[in-house]
Amino acid sequence: MPTTDELRQRIETAIPGAAAQVIDLTGGGDHFRASVVAPEFAGLSRIEQHRRVYAVFGPDIGGPIHALSLETRAE
Amino acid sequence: MSETTENPIREAIAEAIRDHEVILFMKGTPERPACGFSARTVAALEATQAPFAAVDILPDPRIRQELSALSNWPTIPQLFVKGELVGGCDIVSEMYESGELAHVLGVEPPADAPDEAPKAAEPGAPPLQIDNNLVDRS
Repeated sequence: MPTTDELRQRIETAIPGAAAQVIDLTGGGDHFRASVVAPEFAGLSRIEQHRRVYAVFGPDIGGPIHALSLETRAE
Repeated sequence: MSETTENPIREAIAEAIRDHEVILFMKGTPERPACGFSARTVAALEATQAPFAAVDILPDPRIRQELSALSNWPTIPQLFVKGELVGGCDIVSEMYESGELAHVLGVEPPADAPDEAPKAAEPGAPPLQIDNNLVDRS
């Protein structure tokens, strides 16, 4: 079962300079919310920013991670 | 050989997106959403009073697979306006709160609309009915 710390680390490892905060929405270890700030988001649309974070997890979204709610910004 | 015959589900999804100016792919129906995120997105759309079409992706897991392949977006719900993916629950809720949603939908925000996106599901409330479509829902 993924943990908030694991999700945070995966985001921060995959996206250079990213700072992420992850919370478990239900306590069940499968519905998460992440706030991600990353320099590379500058100039990207919200859709593209979210796609970038979803891409970190690939097929885990919809698998072990049932839901990942996102809030993203460049700084 | 065209893709139409090879992938009728993806073609049907693409056609639905082309044919409806505002279309929401969701879990359940607007009357009976089967997931908190779909419920919240429906609530935001309904608060703008813009008409929208809705497709329930639950009856056949291939709908979700093909939709996500088409849109390059892994989660449900997905809102399309004029053929373009606008986003899922988070983006639609943010756009509602900024007033951008009504603008994109081509309607005036109702004067009595609440500033915050309507909350159809609260964290910690009864479990959101998210599933991966692999289970029998009967």
